[in-house]
Amino acid sequence: MSRKLLLAKDHVPGIRSYDVYRANGGYASVEKALKTMSPEAVTEEVKKSGLRGRGGAGFPTGMKWSFLAKPEGVPRYLVCNADESEPGTFKDRYLMERIPHLLVEGMITSSFALGANTSFIYIRGEYFYVSRILEQAIAEAYANGWLGKNILGSGYDLDLYVQVGAGAYICGEETALLESLEGKRGNPRIKPPFPAVEGLYRCPTVVNNVETIAAVVPIVNDGGEAYAAIGIGRSTGTKLISASGNINKPGVYEIELGLPVEEFLFSDEYCGGIANGKRLKACVPGGSSVPILPEYLVCKTATGDDRLMTYESLSDGGFATGSMLGSGGFIVYDENQCVVRNTWNFSRFYRHESCGQCSPCREGTGWMETVLRRLEKGMGNLDDIDLLVGVAKKIEGNTICPLGDAAAWPVAAAIRHFRHEFEYHVLHAEKVKDPKHGHKEPIMPVKPAPVVA
Amino acid sequence: MSLIKITIDNQTIEVEPGTTILQAARMIGPGVTPPAMCYYSTLETSGGYCRTCLVKVSKGSEKDPRPMPKLVASCRTPVMDGMEVQNYTSEEVKDVRKAVTEFLLINHPIDCPICDQAGECHLQDLSYDRGKSQSRYDYEKRTFDEIDIGPTIKLNMNRCILCYRCVKVADQLTPQRVHGVMNRGWDSEISTYIEGAVNNNFSGNMIDVCPVGALTDRTFRFKSRVWFLKPYDAHRDCPDCAGKAVIWKFGNDIYRVTGRKDQWGEVAEWICNTCRFEKKDLSDWIEEGPRKIDRHSVISQNHYLKGTQFVASPEALPAKELK
Ligand SMILES: Cc1cc2nc3c(=O)[nH]c(=O)nc-3n(C[C@H](O)[C@H](O)[C@H](O)COP(=O)(O)O)c2cc1C
Ligand code: SF4
Ligand code: SF4
Ligand code: FES
Repeated sequence: MSRKLLLAKDHVPGIRSYDVYRANGGYASVEKALKTMSPEAVTEEVKKSGLRGRGGAGFPTGMKWSFLAKPEGVPRYLVCNADESEPGTFKDRYLMERIPHLLVEGMITSSFALGANTSFIYIRGEYFYVSRILEQAIAEAYANGWLGKNILGSGYDLDLYVQVGAGAYICGEETALLESLEGKRGNPRIKPPFPAVEGLYRCPTVVNNVETIAAVVPIVNDGGEAYAAIGIGRSTGTKLISASGNINKPGVYEIELGLPVEEFLFSDEYCGGIANGKRLKACVPGGSSVPILPEYLVCKTATGDDRLMTYESLSDGGFATGSMLGSGGFIVYDENQCVVRNTWNFSRFYRHESCGQCSPCREGTGWMETVLRRLEKGMGNLDDIDLLVGVAKKIEGNTICPLGDAAAWPVAAAIRHFRHEFEYHVLHAEKVKDPKHGHKEPIMPVKPAPVVA
Repeated sequence: MSLIKITIDNQTIEVEPGTTILQAARMIGPGVTPPAMCYYSTLETSGGYCRTCLVKVSKGSEKDPRPMPKLVASCRTPVMDGMEVQNYTSEEVKDVRKAVTEFLLINHPIDCPICDQAGECHLQDLSYDRGKSQSRYDYEKRTFDEIDIGPTIKLNMNRCILCYRCVKVADQLTPQRVHGVMNRGWDSEISTYIEGAVNNNFSGNMIDVCPVGALTDRTFRFKSRVWFLKPYDAHRDCPDCAGKAVIWKFGNDIYRVTGRKDQWGEVAEWICNTCRFEKKDLSDWIEEGPRKIDRHSVISQNHYLKGTQFVASPEALPAKELK
């Protein structure tokens, strides 16, 4: 049984309520920070912990905090990114729904470290009921003196607000989120300036994911070094993984970083293996935006090492044979699933969610979706496959925000590893008219022959 | 303030800090200047959207000489001291620009034969220079109905490239207005909220800033091709604006009135709707003389100087000759 830091008290009945949470050691990090530590000391612990952003990019949190500009007389803000809209990712919801006070506690401790007196939790519109849970928790925190003026007599003031978005994936991109929070259309901003210098209301702002902020609680309680002792190399601590797809036990798991993918996928403690005794075909390890891996690259890297659940190991081999940890949306496909259909499905999402500001993403996501639809329905031709590769390549890196990349990568990766399946969709047009064709005639990935020197 | 040095396509210039790469390139001359479909010198916060102006920063600055990892939008990237930029000297930049041109065209109706903008359309110039002669996009294009924005402006969304310039005009003329684009991504459209919001004597300037034929002058609609008209600088004593305009004549008739565009096709001084739509009599204006037509625009008909001709070897041609 591996160590749990965020979900350690998940099984305690009633942990959602303030009384039970407090009785189980809740809000200790606020007491410790406000009574015994300086804001700089809290930031120092976070730096020592090696914590990396859990929203997808994996940027070191301590470093991000230390970049925050601190001009005199200008307020600073902490904004929690609870927009969680990446297909395959649902860990933040689980955390907020089950243990809302952990996020509230993390927000107070982190805001103190950053010197923010007003902080926000921006939550996606579809999580409306979760916003109610958070508001309840915030009200309890106010009632018990953890929020408001002069918290614990320390002279530190903090107000915490929940803002519900209108349900747009793009509002998870940090600058689009800030626009939306300001009441404007959620278009990503052109950077620079970065939020650390000019963020919410043009004031210095830190945007962090729900899980990142929650992780600050155990870091302050036990010290950054204790946190850094978990994990491997630059992947420290624990990570929430949303496991879904054709596995026996889908759900949210807290793992220690460094766990072998094989163990995560097949042990009964976690996913419990592929459902219905089928074979593994492919896996998207970090949410819809990251490259898909064929079966032979899931548990082992191209060089034959064990693949681990770490930022480094999952991206081992670059995009040629690796992927990314991303936001930890672990999606598993069995032998009956169709990669073309899945790629089309993702591309529909990106087409719908592109904000439309920049031409490569606005036109390119739609174009890729149209071509993929045609291929999926058995009406494409072989040239379409190279066309897709070409369009994806021209979106990638040429857009304002990373959504363009996120739309291009899955398409490029699917064709890289499953080209024969795209060709099958052209050559066996009759068969693929049935969307469940993979149940009759499974198409497994083909491992390229090793290059003999 | 001390000037800083920037090199674009091997040509060096000293500029004020805060200048963008695009502005610096324009100071050097057209030979090194990237095309700009959404940036507009007189509109704040414009630029960054279309991505036609992407360039390669091969050296970040004197202090930090590392190249930038991705191509950057020259219209929104401030120069650093010692920065080195590749525009027409980079195959990658040219390649991406071709791709962006293709992206801008896949949904464009290419109805130039019936479009009033033809001849002075920036998309036409761009595709003439950098487009392919055949489209790889063989699906149905997205279409919208035409909309009248008041009695004088026509919106044809099919032609729009979502450069946000008209939105900025509307924004910067009427402080209350926030929304200009409805829906998202592929389905984005310029909304008619503009119609309600830009009930303003300067709304006609949206026509001038529009790089394509999405916003056109209803008082000039289908009257003439622009290259049959003779443009003259003219002014009048106007209580609302500076009254400095261009009148477009055929014989002794004024067919239309526009703002004065600079070398880059951008208007420095807005004109009011009265001057633009209502003053179409020669006696309304004091003529200053004929206007020069820029040779690297499709409007110059057979005298058209294809952009790629002068960009083929920018070092060989001194910038001055191209003006
Ligand atoms: C299109 C797009 C969507 C994103 N959605 C989310 C999201 O739902 N939640 C999130 O925490 N980060 C999301 N991000 C990442 C954020 O921009 C940002 O990097 C993150 O909130 C930073 O927090 P962290 O450092 O704690 O990870 C998204 C990024 C992009 C480009
Ligand atoms: S990449 Fe896509 S989502 Fe991001 S700013 Fe451009 S159009 Fe909008
Ligand atoms: S209508 Fe014209 S000015 Fe407005 S966004 Fe479209 S192309 Fe740009
Ligand atoms: S002009 Fe620079 S992005 Fe459009």
